[in-house]
Amino acid sequence: MLRKKTCVAMLLAGGQGSRLGILTKEVAKPAVPYGGKYRIIDFPLSNCTNSGIDTVGVLTQYRPLRLNAHIGIGIPWDLDRNVGGVTVLPPYERSGSSQWYTGTANAIYQNLEYMEMYNPEYVLILSGDHIYKMDYEIMLDYHKANNADVTIAAMPVPIEEASRFGVVITDDNNRITDFEEKPAHPRSNLASMGIYIFTWKVLKEALIAMKDQKGCDFGKHIIPYCHEKKQRLFAYEFNGYWKDVGTLGSYWEANMELIDIVPVFNLYEELWKIYTTSDCQPPQYVASNAVIERSIIGTGCDLYGNVKNSVLGCDVTVEEGAVIEDSIIMRGAVIKKGAHIHKSIVAERTVIGENVELGIGEFAPSQLDPKVYAFDLVTVAENSVIPDNVKVGKNTAISGITVASDYEGGMLPSGGYIIKAGEER
Amino acid sequence: MRAIGIILAGGNNKMMRELTSKRAISAMPMAGIYRTIDFALSNMSNSHIGKVAVITQYNARSLNEHLNSSKWWNFGRKQGGLFVFNPTVTSENSVWYRGTADALYQNLNFLTSSHEPYVVIASGDGVYKLDYAKVLEYHIEKKADITVVTKDLDPSEDTTRFGVVKLDDDNRIIDYDEKPVVTDIKTVSTGIYVIRRRLLIELLQKANDEDRYDFVKDILIRYKAIKNIYAYKMTDYWANISTAEAYYKANMDFLKKDVRQFFKSAPDIYTKVDDLAPAKYNPGANVRNSLVSSGCIINGSVEDSIIFKKVYIGNNCHIKNCLVLNDVHIGDNTYLENCIVESRCTISENSRRVGTDGNIEIVVEKSPRYTI
Repeated sequence: MLRKKTCVAMLLAGGQGSRLGILTKEVAKPAVPYGGKYRIIDFPLSNCTNSGIDTVGVLTQYRPLRLNAHIGIGIPWDLDRNVGGVTVLPPYERSGSSQWYTGTANAIYQNLEYMEMYNPEYVLILSGDHIYKMDYEIMLDYHKANNADVTIAAMPVPIEEASRFGVVITDDNNRITDFEEKPAHPRSNLASMGIYIFTWKVLKEALIAMKDQKGCDFGKHIIPYCHEKKQRLFAYEFNGYWKDVGTLGSYWEANMELIDIVPVFNLYEELWKIYTTSDCQPPQYVASNAVIERSIIGTGCDLYGNVKNSVLGCDVTVEEGAVIEDSIIMRGAVIKKGAHIHKSIVAERTVIGENVELGIGEFAPSQLDPKVYAFDLVTVAENSVIPDNVKVGKNTAISGITVASDYEGGMLPSGGYIIKAGEER
Repeated sequence: MRAIGIILAGGNNKMMRELTSKRAISAMPMAGIYRTIDFALSNMSNSHIGKVAVITQYNARSLNEHLNSSKWWNFGRKQGGLFVFNPTVTSENSVWYRGTADALYQNLNFLTSSHEPYVVIASGDGVYKLDYAKVLEYHIEKKADITVVTKDLDPSEDTTRFGVVKLDDDNRIIDYDEKPVVTDIKTVSTGIYVIRRRLLIELLQKANDEDRYDFVKDILIRYKAIKNIYAYKMTDYWANISTAEAYYKANMDFLKKDVRQFFKSAPDIYTKVDDLAPAKYNPGANVRNSLVSSGCIINGSVEDSIIFKKVYIGNNCHIKNCLVLNDVHIGDNTYLENCIVESRCTISENSRRVGTDGNIEIVVEKSPRYTI
């Protein structure tokens, strides 16, 4: 018999994050690196630990290997527990009807057994896609104080942006009276953050009642169901930093915000640490002729060139004469001599050849997917190679081991793309 | 591996000056992110020695804090694991460790209750990477009773603070002089030994019966004529940090590319990880030929220095040829040259501390700290 847990967290980490394009070709969005040493999932996981929640089920589906390796047995987050701790919950086969996770609520429904094991009083539903620091314990206290059935964390957004979100309409006591999914004319500016606390009995009943709903989703099905049943739904207003790094543009922006002198989102404070898998990389070395300005640099980097307004992950090598500006360079990348990198996202272990120029030329819309590859960014997927001396324009995407002959006239013009090795996703 | 490990980490040395007033030498921060004992511990772990004892005595609080969990070095195992032995009072014994041999003798139970045939003994104040399995292989091949790992130091180095050894053509140790007044021998003992467990127990018991307590003097030197004591020559990087100058120099060695690469390449040196954000360079930061660790925020200029974890360097500061240890806050307009800044110091604004190349200034300053 397992010991009872007051609150169990269920962390949805199965999404691809398709608007991150080739960055999520090999990894799920929660495993995408952020801020020099973290992965996005570190934020909800660290929030759990810091909020005193020690039982976390992580639901994985899309490309889970990197995520599984990162989570391991939960050591960095102190989630290696005898009772509880972190459990990775992939979709599984059963006799009769096996299926993938078809929606957020469906994924939770398929793991009812996991939650039942701990017989909790409350279940916290989280998403592995967001960057924020939040004390779930305060939210839970709020849920208890209201004697609520469901509490939805919501954040005030500018009213003109509210139509992008699910919006909740509340009375004076913050009780939710109505809600709208992506309304054209929002009646409120309180946007749902995709963080829910359910009283366990209510959640269980709703999930079972809605089990045949196709693609069962919290926002679209479970919350309306609870509302219809006149259950006590409350909004918990959150006013801190919260970022859904859903697009390449917002991903780039969220990283760049960290290099401000006093960043809005502060990773240096003692009281709410963000934990991650560190592999003891030695300190970074800055050579005599290197110039580092306004940047965040991960451990183990070897810097011989110039880095300005950029975020570098662990173990990045920047050779002599290379210049990096306004860019995100992820773990293990090598930037060879004389390369010039402007406004680019270079993913893990990619090699940029000598004298390569990234992010030059005039604007042109992406021919691959103008909705994804915008913001004038150059995006280079992980484990890619860009050969020496080529030039690459804006809104471009490069994936795979490219060679000089892939670049007509030594140039990939703005809006162009080269996707090699494997299928395009 | 067919050996257990013992790390002697109890020592102190007056030559460390103020640096060991709050911790044992083995707990000294090293190369930005490590503690010195990490090197011996990681070598044990990487040599697949699964059962390791750390023997502490002098000011072990900081060291014990570092060793509060064995998982960082991969010792969290049901078989074996990491043991920390502080001196304790027992019904038979109420004295501190009177020497290295006595420290081992007082923990004889660890030796008698193990089943592995060999013991690797290492000191906690060495900075090196060594596969102890290779030393053991050599030990067996030479049919040695004891193998001492030695290092040939540079002819320019003063070896009088070490144990110096004279070898015959077969690398058997024929003479051993501990901390000689003068010497021109450049082969020194690194304080790493391999010995058969039963032989060690026998020698320790005998030493104790004769009121002898020192492993080097009362075992190595005393038995060198009748036991086969061989030297295993280490060829890679090795430094001992037991004086302030040696400590400074060993750290500065990490500014050299070959030393850095050597320790960065596999196998890794493990340490207890602090969860600190990556280093941040604000406008005005000007860093040259230096190591910067995580959690640092740099606003001033840093040259030929090693900045340990979580250091704040204010605007318009000039830090040159310095080691700035963990969690130091340096106020604006400060000038530091040839200094070692003790951990958790707060240096007030407009300070100026200058040491010389031969006489490194140790800065201990606990001004009140203002945080943003």
